[in-house]
Amino acid sequence: MNVILIAVIVLGAVGLVAALVLFVASKKFAVWEDPRIKQVSEVLPQANCGGCGYPGCSGFASACVKAAESGSLSDLNCAPGGQAVMEQIAGILGLQASAAAPKVAVVRCQGTCDVRPHGVEFDGAHSCRIQNMTGMGETQCQYGCLGEGDCASVCLFGAITVNPATRIAEVDESKCTGCGACAKSCPRGIIELRPQGPKNRKVVVLCNNKDKGALATKECKVSCIGCGKCVKVCEKFEAITLGTNLAYIDPDKCKMCRKCEEACPRGAIKAFNFPPRKPKEEALKVAEASKTPLATDAPKAPVATEAPKAAPAPVKESTVETPKQD
Amino acid sequence: MSNRLIVSLSPHVHSGDSVQKNMYGVCLALVPALIASLYFFGLGAAVVLITSIVSCVMFEWLISKFILKREKLSILDGSAILTGLLLGFNLPSNLPIWIVVVGALVAIGIGKMTFGGLGQNPFNPALVGRVFLLISFPAQMTTWPVSGTVGYVDAQTGATPLSLMKWAIQSGDASVLNDMPSALSLAIGQHGGSLGEVSAILLLLGCLFMIWRKIITWHIPVSILGTVALLSGLLHYGVSDVYADPASVLCSGGLMLGACFMATDYVTSPMVAKGQIIYGVCIGLLTIIIRNWGSYPEGMSFAILIMNAFTPLINTYCKPRRFGEVIRKEAKK
Amino acid sequence: MKTFSIGGVHPAENKLSAGSPIREAALPKQAIFSMFQHIGAPAKPVVKKGDVVKVGTLLGEAGGFVSAPIYSSVSGKVSKVDVALDASDTRRMAVYVDVEGDEWEESIDRSADLVRLEDRPDLDAKTIVEKIKQAGIVGMGGATFPCHVKLCPPPGEKAECVIINAVECEPYLTSDHSLMLEKADEILVGVALIMKAVGVERGYIGIENNKPDAIQLMTEKAKAYPQIEVVPLKVQYPQGGEKQLIDAVIGRQVPAPPAIPINVGAVVQNVGTAFAIYEAVMKNKPLISRVITVTGKSVKQPSNLLARLGTPFSQLMEECGGLPADTGKIIGGGPMMGKALISLDIPMTKGSSGLLIMNNKEARRAEAEPCIRCAKCVSACPMGLEPYLLSNISSQHMWEEAERECIVSCIECGSCAYTCPSNRPLLDNIRLGKTTVMGIIRERAAKK
Repeated sequence: MNVILIAVIVLGAVGLVAALVLFVASKKFAVWEDPRIKQVSEVLPQANCGGCGYPGCSGFASACVKAAESGSLSDLNCAPGGQAVMEQIAGILGLQASAAAPKVAVVRCQGTCDVRPHGVEFDGAHSCRIQNMTGMGETQCQYGCLGEGDCASVCLFGAITVNPATRIAEVDESKCTGCGACAKSCPRGIIELRPQGPKNRKVVVLCNNKDKGALATKECKVSCIGCGKCVKVCEKFEAITLGTNLAYIDPDKCKMCRKCEEACPRGAIKAFNFPPRKPKEEALKVAEASKTPLATDAPKAPVATEAPKAAPAPVKESTVETPKQD
Repeated sequence: MSNRLIVSLSPHVHSGDSVQKNMYGVCLALVPALIASLYFFGLGAAVVLITSIVSCVMFEWLISKFILKREKLSILDGSAILTGLLLGFNLPSNLPIWIVVVGALVAIGIGKMTFGGLGQNPFNPALVGRVFLLISFPAQMTTWPVSGTVGYVDAQTGATPLSLMKWAIQSGDASVLNDMPSALSLAIGQHGGSLGEVSAILLLLGCLFMIWRKIITWHIPVSILGTVALLSGLLHYGVSDVYADPASVLCSGGLMLGACFMATDYVTSPMVAKGQIIYGVCIGLLTIIIRNWGSYPEGMSFAILIMNAFTPLINTYCKPRRFGEVIRKEAKK
Repeated sequence: MKTFSIGGVHPAENKLSAGSPIREAALPKQAIFSMFQHIGAPAKPVVKKGDVVKVGTLLGEAGGFVSAPIYSSVSGKVSKVDVALDASDTRRMAVYVDVEGDEWEESIDRSADLVRLEDRPDLDAKTIVEKIKQAGIVGMGGATFPCHVKLCPPPGEKAECVIINAVECEPYLTSDHSLMLEKADEILVGVALIMKAVGVERGYIGIENNKPDAIQLMTEKAKAYPQIEVVPLKVQYPQGGEKQLIDAVIGRQVPAPPAIPINVGAVVQNVGTAFAIYEAVMKNKPLISRVITVTGKSVKQPSNLLARLGTPFSQLMEECGGLPADTGKIIGGGPMMGKALISLDIPMTKGSSGLLIMNNKEARRAEAEPCIRCAKCVSACPMGLEPYLLSNISSQHMWEEAERECIVSCIECGSCAYTCPSNRPLLDNIRLGKTTVMGIIRERAAKK
């Protein structure tokens, strides 16, 4: 009996002292944190992707609260959460959310193995950045996708993968949150973040080759040669500009008329998520006349990606700006 | 050209060294001691060693194939064979086969593969197996046959030099040590003990071979043996006769095997010379403490395992001397 | 025997072309002059299509202080100024010249007479440096750092000695070796010129003792120059690294970057550079040719060729018996630090010290296995780094950690990857880390 009593007393005393120490410590060393940080954190996706430029979601939350003091959230955007989350945050902080169009990553290279042969073999650590240090890489194009998958390894959402058959990175738009991690990881800057576009539609130059036409033709069968035909057909909207032997479509000005896609003699411009074209006589003629070697694979692509996208598209017709959350 | 050119970053040549070469090099260094153990313990040694090696390799294969589902199996890189060999060396030659198999399972399964296989384990797998057996089956693990017995089952057992040393310290009676074999016969191997531990000279020979082949560097064995010799010398000559003399301490028990083959295990020892010396000195110190004042007669395996746990810490704080560092310090003065 | 104090490896030497005399390569049909033949700003082309050029005509002027002009090594007509595949395996600006005849600029002294320093008392330090700058001389060991920059010490620093790098620690290469055997007198005049240019009284020529004939010859000839000492060195890679050589010869260690050799009072120049300096200053000849070793186990006739810059490698290969059928890898430079080329249609540049052909078997790396933490890379690293750790943290993109572990000190010698029993691509990852960390450091400096 005595033994039990002693044990109880000793343990109780130890517990009491420990509790006292903890209590004093928690009061003395308490760090005050703005309760709004916690509130903001709760609405964030907690993916800790770093797409916002801050160390994780809690970093972003404190940045939001700090920004609220200066009265504007305009520099901050949570890409994975999208507009909905930003509006919630704005609500918590009593501000107006700035309208930011949701974005997705686009891999601007179509240089698959059959159109851009891998003439040499890279032997070394599997990383695009390391392969890029060899200079040209495996193909003759020093601007194209290296296919070692640095982008895939940094994507936290499994939205980008390297297709082993084509050795090109491919984006699954339904998973992409537009955080931009892949774009930062690409040593050749091939991946671009572009606005999702109405019904996910967009028209993009899928090439990054800045070499002159003759050289670009040799390097890859679907390269942009900077001929400027697309610029001409887009004179009305002035959405297309020609950089160093490379065309660029400004997503803000593009009216999705797809004339440039038809005009491109190389098949370097691609329209995403459009319904299949009605077989117009003119269009067929253009296609046959200009891209004989590519006639087989070029029309196939839009149809293939179209199928899965057809279902979710109509649902979002009323609220186009809401990002998709699959 | 039929085949494509290869591009890669420099260097474009390689020394030709490989994991296999290193692992089999260590195995080769153990061969003299292996022959000695077969000579002294006969059939028993062969049975234990073969069981240990075969079960280690088998468990590695089973685990990497069916549990980890690895495509590339690396059972022949020599590391599992080496673990089996070292585990066998740490066991008495009359140990029942099933206990050896359990030891191999713990060594490979818990000691190595749970951490991800070769190169990932924080503790020396063979020692994990041995210590597991030592704690779980203390009776079987501490009755060693006297060397010279040939059979496997009906071996005579006897007191080892280490238990005599411990007894001398506990009883405070130095005359107990008179029963010890001479340091010379300890070095050659005529005494009881685990089967690989008995011949200090042949183990040392293996160690020299490894240093010559540049498989290991001298830092770890020398710092362990030096520390043990120094401390046991201080105790014997400076404190009391009940502590055994340094030569006997160095040649008895698993010290030589541990210092040359177990502590020098690549994966679990520090990377930098300075760190290796700290590691070696600490092992020597712990061994002396456990041997003389701990409850087990032998402290080598515990000392190594304890220091294995400190290896990451040593690696973090012991950096090699950077090129140009000397100058920078002088300039600051 | 002297050598550097930390780490190092000893790869199989394979000096197949040792002892073969320098042969002059034939003129190419078309020469291509990359504007990126040196570290620093690229040269700016000053010719246009259709211009007629002679040997020694300026094609591209220096693009800045850390830059070098480029001269034509052939006579003929400029066919175009366009991008060309160069030794970096990328397409960059270059001048194409269609070769016609072999007409030289008259200012160049083509005679073989030796001009000694005493013969030209008019030369002072400033003139020498200016001539070197005008001639477009860069480090010929492969680093291609513009030579005149090294000869203009930053304010507050004083050179104490000149060290000539005749180590040639790279396996296979013998171009410096053969140059020493044939042009010993000229090299010594070149060394004397460098010493005069930086105003020092002490010169060393470091030669590894796998070239006893060169050591003997140079020691013999150097007797006429009491200030120049030939230092035989123990064979050890990477002794030809600037910092390692200084350590080996005068026992001083250059601190971590941004420190440079001049901070310990040393100016290091390659032996090929010394010869080029002799030609530039005494013969008025800009840098238009160099000795290149064409070698490889399958090459029919491993040779040392004196070739004009801009000559395509394919032609040099033809002169040595053609490209072997079992070629697996073409390397510009030596096997330890050279660059794998994607084609033979690449022109020779100022830094081309070798062209090495590896057969299928040698070309491929063995498969990487898990790190067994054997610490062989740590003991091999000549900079006292921990390659296994740097490689790991780089592949995990832990840049801050990498910077703390002195990743920028890495000289990319490849000793770690060479020695690794698990065949891990250590240097691949470390390079990635080093470039990234250096970028971060530059960015930080720019912000300040």
